[in-house]
Amino acid sequence: MSAGGRTISEKILSAKANRDARAGDVVTCTPDLILGTDASTPMAIDYFGRMGGTSVRDASHVMFACDHYAPPTSDRTRAFHALMRAFAKQHGIMMHEVGDGISFQIATEQGRALPGHLVIGADSHTVTCGALGLFATGVGSSDLAAALVTGTVWLRVPETIRVTLTGALRPGVMAKDLALHLVGMVGADGANYQTLEFHGPGVRTLSLDDRLVVCNLGVEMDAKASIFPFDATTEEYLAPRTRERGTSVMSDDDAAFAREILIDLSAVTPRIARPHAPDNVTPLASAIGTAVQMVFIGTCTGGRISDLHAALAVLESLGGKVAPGVQLVVTPASREVAERARADGTLDGLQRAGAIITETGCGACCGTSGVIPGNGATVVSTANRNFKARMGNATASIYLASPAACAAAAATGRIVEVA
Amino acid sequence: MSANLTGRARRFGDNVNTDYIITSTRKRETLDETELARYLFETLDPAFAASVRAGDIIVAGRNFGCGSAMEIAATVILAAGIKAVLASSFSRTFYRNAVNNGLLPLVCETSNINEGDTLTIRSEHGAMFVRNTVSGAVTVAAPLPPVMEAILSAGGLVGFVLHSGRPVDPSTR
Ligand code: SF4
Repeated sequence: MSAGGRTISEKILSAKANRDARAGDVVTCTPDLILGTDASTPMAIDYFGRMGGTSVRDASHVMFACDHYAPPTSDRTRAFHALMRAFAKQHGIMMHEVGDGISFQIATEQGRALPGHLVIGADSHTVTCGALGLFATGVGSSDLAAALVTGTVWLRVPETIRVTLTGALRPGVMAKDLALHLVGMVGADGANYQTLEFHGPGVRTLSLDDRLVVCNLGVEMDAKASIFPFDATTEEYLAPRTRERGTSVMSDDDAAFAREILIDLSAVTPRIARPHAPDNVTPLASAIGTAVQMVFIGTCTGGRISDLHAALAVLESLGGKVAPGVQLVVTPASREVAERARADGTLDGLQRAGAIITETGCGACCGTSGVIPGNGATVVSTANRNFKARMGNATASIYLASPAACAAAAATGRIVEVA
Repeated sequence: MSANLTGRARRFGDNVNTDYIITSTRKRETLDETELARYLFETLDPAFAASVRAGDIIVAGRNFGCGSAMEIAATVILAAGIKAVLASSFSRTFYRNAVNNGLLPLVCETSNINEGDTLTIRSEHGAMFVRNTVSGAVTVAAPLPPVMEAILSAGGLVGFVLHSGRPVDPSTR
């Protein structure tokens, strides 16, 4: 193994394992934050019992959230929440209730996930937190349970793909377009077992919300982690949220990268992922005219305040009304997002335009608690996955696009160019 | 770790995501795997669950188990009596979940295996051999990382944590 420079992943995992760890090494790490959701924790509680678990190793590092069944729509899902609540109470774990938001979004907003941290979450999109300059990865329920029992997780240190960004996104092009562009380029398994690490002068042109979107879609390339380096934008985001600073971790100039990807942000154009795969990406222009019956603006990809602002601005520029025959569903990703959007009139504006505003959380994303598309419906969504049946109806066709493109589709009833 | 399995190949393609193994909508109603096994792969093939036999072996292309990290995707496969999945590659979360539950995920060349072929999987001299009794072809599967082998040998992560009673130690090799 080379003794040269180290990547961000190698540095963070070395620090959390207390030894020099290089790509390919398998190490036991102590995570700074362990996340569980209502979709993964009930099963983890079962594993915890079978593992002989009696106490949680370090409850102050654990957080649960009710996000997938928000609100619960059956006795069964209500029981999942009750089970988590009782377990959290017994072990002194911070529990976020229905309405608080999506697990890792809450962790990001509340300064629980900090630069230099290792975050594991029993949700694949935990990688989103990497936008804050940290290593975050998804695990299943049994690994969550083992982490509760032992306070640790074993990880293979991944190789890193260096993604260098230059230029700046043009008006009308959103971070979602960049993320889809990357997914189309890398493919559904192009980053499997690897970290995507972002570099270059283009990084500073992206807001923290933009970075969260790009990191979020990392999983759609199978990335184990997706990391933006710490900078002034990270600092600004965290300043009002926590007094803790975390640790700024940068990769060394002579770090070894598996490969390099170069993206000129100014050349990125609006994109759309066609049914039924997130990497089925084409220019938005190729789908113009497609009639749409449902539009979903929400999720851990496209349900943040900047997304809702962009959506309302586009809706208003196109007449301010949802087209007849179109159902527009808007689901803020968290309580913070909902409160800000309520305070600045965005939710009111969207509702006046004809949107259905639902409880914060995952909503209609995976067919667990939100609106389910009608038979044969064409849906345009700000989400990250468009697998067949993903939203709970196998006959629906789901397109993935930016919040601006989704709002334009809501206003016109068709996929149209965004100004 | 040892294996000695014989079963019928059930063919799938590339990028089979965990929602296709079992939809999130189904798992909202129950976490009972035996119940959920009735809906195994329903989005890809509604007739699959009724045709599955204990001992069947899933054979897929690239990136099996991508998408959601939901662990029930691994346990529902086990509940249907399937003990091994062969694929040319796996998505990392599914791979981990499979091992953690004692479902054997083997990385090997699968393009020459057809639906219905009878396969035997045997460990010999520390390697895993997949023999297609129809074509006669024998493939060696990629070795599992030592930590994965240790977990599988314990029957899964529950057995591993129970017996070691401490953090999972990757130096177990
Ligand atoms: S919004 Fe969708 S993708 Fe994000 S955590 Fe919830 S179900 Fe998963």
